[in-house]
Amino acid sequence: MKCRRCAEPAVVDVRRHRAAFCPDCFVHHCREQVRRTVDRHDMIAPGESALVAVSGGKDSLMVWDVLLDLGYAAEGVYLGLGIGGYSDASRRKAEAYAARRGARLHVVDLPTEVGFDIPTAAAAVRRAPCGACGLSKRHLLNRAAREVGADVLVTGHNLDDEAAVLFGNVLTWQVDYLSRQRPVLPATDGFVRRVKPLIRLAERETAAYCVLRRIDYILDECPMAAGNRHLRYKDALNELEEHSPGAKAAFYLQFLDRMLPLLDGVADDERAMVARCARCGSPSTSEVCAFCRLQERAAALGTSAR
Amino acid sequence: MQVRLHNPTRTVEMAGPLPVHRLLVELGLRREAVLVVRGDSLVTADTVLADDDPVEILPVISGGAR
Repeated sequence: MKCRRCAEPAVVDVRRHRAAFCPDCFVHHCREQVRRTVDRHDMIAPGESALVAVSGGKDSLMVWDVLLDLGYAAEGVYLGLGIGGYSDASRRKAEAYAARRGARLHVVDLPTEVGFDIPTAAAAVRRAPCGACGLSKRHLLNRAAREVGADVLVTGHNLDDEAAVLFGNVLTWQVDYLSRQRPVLPATDGFVRRVKPLIRLAERETAAYCVLRRIDYILDECPMAAGNRHLRYKDALNELEEHSPGAKAAFYLQFLDRMLPLLDGVADDERAMVARCARCGSPSTSEVCAFCRLQERAAALGTSAR
Repeated sequence: MQVRLHNPTRTVEMAGPLPVHRLLVELGLRREAVLVVRGDSLVTADTVLADDDPVEILPVISGGAR
């Protein structure tokens, strides 16, 4: 295959675009996809400060790399989840990248800062660990963004992530979740604006970008995520993609264009229900927010274990 | 050719020459779920791998709470 832009030998093919790219043109393609997404959805205004949620994986390191190259003032935040050697290795990747770019990385260690790790939280709620992990990340990343004074919190959600979440929400018609599945969640009282600049790039592209840019990311899968339902949804969508290149992008991007505007009222109703957590002051739809309840249950489990 | 795979890490022996897209079919892998590296360079699906090529297949799917 030849590169679509320059006709040099290609190294990455992107079937849904019926295109292939040489290394330089592929990096250009990725940057353009991010730049257009940021501009189209007004994700980051000139002069605003961004905080990138960095896990040490390919997506978060890529989005940080591209934003820095596009000239944004972007710092990183790493959450130490306490998942044994996996967390240790992912932290080293995040710190190595920050050092290479001379960028600032904030580190929040869950056991130190909030008194529990993700394995303990998962045991406390007796449910799949990804639920407790996601809840903790949303709460603590927002808190970190507020503490460092960032205007916007950036996450590395890619096209596959968003398509898989959409697939799950459609399977059970979770209308409230669908109404919140947006590339930009606007700032509200207590919430920093959250943006997803990678929604037009598939996971295969974010991984290829890191390989070509020599960004060392953690290749291992989180040991606590094995077999979770989003991985099954991704597999199902990739089965469709195998036979119909572009199916994933059409599913998700047409949801944004055609369906989300119809759900604006639902999102408004949801926002109107948000009050303050009686304990931590974070936005919450109940008297005590889900994170504080999780923290309480994890503490109780720790006490009973001793 | 020696093909190195991850999650779990292992090596399998495949006979070349073999196009990348055929290699993935024979290994039961989806094209969207992996990248194929020959030596230290990414390769496209139509690339024919030689019998003595060192090949690594990188998984690209990440899961869990994002």
